[in-house]
Amino acid sequence: MISIIDYHAGNLTSVARALQYLGEPCEITGDPRKLQKAERIIFPGVGAAGEAMENLRAAGLDACIRGAFQAGKPILGICLGTQVIFDYSEENEAACLGVVPGQVRRFPRDLKENGRPLKIPHMGWNRVDFVGDHPVFKGIPQGAEFYFVHSYYPFPDDERRVAGWSEYGIRFCAVVADRNMVAVQFHAEKSGRFGLQILKNFCKWEGRDAQ
Amino acid sequence: MLSKRIIPCLDVRDGKLTKGVRFKGNIDIGDPVEAAKTYYEQGADEIVFYDITASAEGRGIMIDVVRRVAETIFIPFSVGGGIRTVEQMRAVILAGAEKVSVNSGAIENPRIISEGAKAFGSQCIVLGMDVKKVDRSAKTPSGYEIVIQGGRKYTGIDALRWAIEAESLGAGEICLNSIDADGTLDGYELELTHLVSTNVRIPVIASGGAGKAEHLFDVLTRGVADAALIASIVHYGTYAIRDLKEYLSGRGVKVRRQW
Repeated sequence: MISIIDYHAGNLTSVARALQYLGEPCEITGDPRKLQKAERIIFPGVGAAGEAMENLRAAGLDACIRGAFQAGKPILGICLGTQVIFDYSEENEAACLGVVPGQVRRFPRDLKENGRPLKIPHMGWNRVDFVGDHPVFKGIPQGAEFYFVHSYYPFPDDERRVAGWSEYGIRFCAVVADRNMVAVQFHAEKSGRFGLQILKNFCKWEGRDAQ
Repeated sequence: MLSKRIIPCLDVRDGKLTKGVRFKGNIDIGDPVEAAKTYYEQGADEIVFYDITASAEGRGIMIDVVRRVAETIFIPFSVGGGIRTVEQMRAVILAGAEKVSVNSGAIENPRIISEGAKAFGSQCIVLGMDVKKVDRSAKTPSGYEIVIQGGRKYTGIDALRWAIEAESLGAGEICLNSIDADGTLDGYELELTHLVSTNVRIPVIASGGAGKAEHLFDVLTRGVADAALIASIVHYGTYAIRDLKEYLSGRGVKVRRQW
């Protein structure tokens, strides 16, 4: 069973619908005991880092996610879920889970492209250039685009943890991979066929970053 | 770099498309879920549903349509038409829509924008604006006025001022419809689109007037729109979405070409 972590951060049903479409049984739960039993975990979320961390702590889910990562369980972060795995987020100056060393930064306010100011949030379809051949991104063609909605982006301390880059005025980390964790800044569940492919790959992945 | 989005708009009444969509290749479809699925497969970047149902009973049917669409397509979609309360927004979002759009409901009560943004996040709240060109005056310094009831009623509200106010209230996006251009197939209102898009820092979807691929090129470049809404140009089979994207890409506009 795949567990989707419920910590009151936005509409989690879209991830569940995508998994149902793929024929993968899943449950949405905020119960740490159920998460401990889960075979794999999806950590989605929409909203702000500060409130997300408060909710996670209040439900005892922070320790639970750290435990699942240490136990080697496959974990997929999506959007806000991807951001709170780091040490710190500039959003609400929030101390986060500290599972992956690094921080989350805001896009600069004066972001420009070809002389024109860029709008924030970064919302819409953008290309991701994957690094290496991680099993979760198998079958995704170079130049494939994914659907993003965010104002902050991950910045891992160790660039070797970047598994995909994207560009919006600056080059930023769109995909993180660290042992049994993969985390995407875009909404895989809303990125059409290639997003579904990533979810499908994740459902078969055993949590090792090389095959 | 973001791709410019191409967004088909489907008008729904009582759970059915108001006009059947005749796709290129002569597939005639009256079911909004089937039409959405076809556009999804053909490379739409997002889909907009505009619900013109009047009755409460019909609204329930629409929620069911939204739920079925959400189980069928895996790209963002929005639902608008007659939304006046946060509870109505919630019903649409829980049924699986990414975004809701408010139009005259926000003119009657601008707080619905801020309340919606607080409850669901700005990225969920689209402000729909119907606009007509008017003489510049103290009331309408931009020369564009907000109209309601399909363009029959003038509100006295300046379009640019309203766009800026809606952004400050927390709208995440603007869907800017020119009533003058709508249905003409003569091209988008470029001046209006440029004016709004360069004066707000949220994305602007241009709407009204698309009849040729060239019109999309114009509004996405000279009009500085972030996205183009399309209806008859694809509903009647004149173009497939792929044709439009190939054309735009050939002229240097970045669009999503693999799906």
